Amino acid sequence: MAGVWVFAETVDGSPKPVVLELLTKARSLGETTAVALGPGASKAVATLGKYGAKRVYVHEDPAFRDTLATPAVDLLARLIEKDQPDLVIFGMTYDGRDVASRLSARLSTALIANATDVVSKNGGWAIVSPVFGGTLLVTTVPRAKPPTLVLIRPKAVAAAPAASAGAPQVQMLTEPVESAKPVARVLRREKEKASGPKLEDAAVIVSGGRGLGAPENFKMLDELAAELGAAVGASRAVVDAGWKPYSFQIGQTGKTVKPAVYIALGISGAMQHTVGMKGARTIIAINKDPEAPIFKLADLGVVGDVHKIVPQLIQEVRSRKGK
Amino acid sequence: MNVLVCVKQIPDPNAPGKLDPQTRRLVRDGVDLVLDPGDEHAVEAGLQLVEKDGGEATIISMGPPRALEAIRRALAMGAHRGILITDPGLENSDALSTARAIAAAITGQGYDLIICGTESTDGSSGAVPAQLAELLGLPLLSFAKKLEVSDGKAVIDRQTDDGYDVVEAPLPVVVTVTGGINEARYPALRGIMQAKNKEVKHVGLGDLGLDGKAGKLALTQEVVDLTPAEARKAGEVVEDKGEGAKRVADFLQELKVI
Repeated sequence: MAGVWVFAETVDGSPKPVVLELLTKARSLGETTAVALGPGASKAVATLGKYGAKRVYVHEDPAFRDTLATPAVDLLARLIEKDQPDLVIFGMTYDGRDVASRLSARLSTALIANATDVVSKNGGWAIVSPVFGGTLLVTTVPRAKPPTLVLIRPKAVAAAPAASAGAPQVQMLTEPVESAKPVARVLRREKEKASGPKLEDAAVIVSGGRGLGAPENFKMLDELAAELGAAVGASRAVVDAGWKPYSFQIGQTGKTVKPAVYIALGISGAMQHTVGMKGARTIIAINKDPEAPIFKLADLGVVGDVHKIVPQLIQEVRSRKGK
Repeated sequence: MNVLVCVKQIPDPNAPGKLDPQTRRLVRDGVDLVLDPGDEHAVEAGLQLVEKDGGEATIISMGPPRALEAIRRALAMGAHRGILITDPGLENSDALSTARAIAAAITGQGYDLIICGTESTDGSSGAVPAQLAELLGLPLLSFAKKLEVSDGKAVIDRQTDDGYDVVEAPLPVVVTVTGGINEARYPALRGIMQAKNKEVKHVGLGDLGLDGKAGKLALTQEVVDLTPAEARKAGEVVEDKGEGAKRVADFLQELKVI
């Protein structure tokens, strides 16, 4: 049976949501091992087992949290050499991408990014990735020696606990992780405040683009979002312009979201953005340009001025809620 | 301080991209090719560093001969010299081959910083910078929305899911920058004229000494199939004649959001 590994990123001992998605996919492909690194990682073992990990490698050295990529790459390279897995899957996250890319150069293996699916095919793997904003699906097969490294986009797989899951076998590692090579160290962490639900978990998202014209116009988005219990998101143009922090960004470089309802305001619908939101169940778009590509995705599109329509919409919502 | 900036020439991202169903490669004929807009921020970041501390900014790119135009654009912005890695044997290279070719082309040149965009706008895998760092044995400061260099160290604000981390590494270092790091300058006419006379070194596969480790002979993967994704059906599009907000509110009520 194929050995399938999952790079199980944890935060304070909890697996990131994408890890449960990766495990759900991994266990359908082979005997699953999770690698959980950093302080508190052992607390994640039970959850990793519940989602299909038969074995978990745990190493709790703080270096995995405080040094970018290299300690994880060093350890993974050693473990991979020892166990020779066939496939290693990572979430397409900031850290996942750095670790997987470095590792591919270290091992001279195939790295396939932006994947939404992996299937077993003729004794090997076939990896599906969307290109051009998800309008085209590319299937790639590895041509290098195993393991094949795959970066899977968050929300590409629906996480579900395994039907029959026992407690995984745990291998606690304690070997030193200090590198002789210069490294990138985290000095401190800054959180940016966002009100309302988290973008990744929100059932409703109100998202703004360059069409809002100016950063102060995001106030009406915040107001609308508050009325709807929604999270606020933004396009790349908006975060690059500094109107909103990067943590609000939805799209290729930002977050992938799958809310029940996505309300795009002044967003043209560039591929960079749509790849991160086209999985929404229902899309509503308001934009003044009738040719905007977002209207090709929207279940309801309104061609008009967001500055006029959004304040009216806030009033409508308020009166219908009986305020 | 000497800075190397890695850039890529891509089809104009404002025009829809096409793949050739036969060759499974990007259609380049009849498509406007531009310096990747993401890379303009990397060029700008490099220029700001050498303008402040002295030294030179070198632009490197790998691609067909016409990728020279992308290098010229960066030179017109103010970079000092260019390196174009071009060779029929490197056509269709994957990310790892590209990283190997760049690493080989700059061996022994002693750059303090190597700056890249976080990912290309067309391919979007974002693998090359980390692979390059690994091949060169350097730390990588990735997803920088702010970069400061002093006392032999680089410090960045690195984008995270809920804010940013302040991360430090000693020089030499590879840095990837996001679009928000700066406002990229527009080349002035004088810069465009000067760029024509700036040196661009051409490097071929034979110069790299990679011995089958890059290009066609070293592909780690192959695209075997292309299929159109199931398209989302466009719904109703209405023009706002004063009733737009009501229509949206009705729909939200149908969806039980209100």
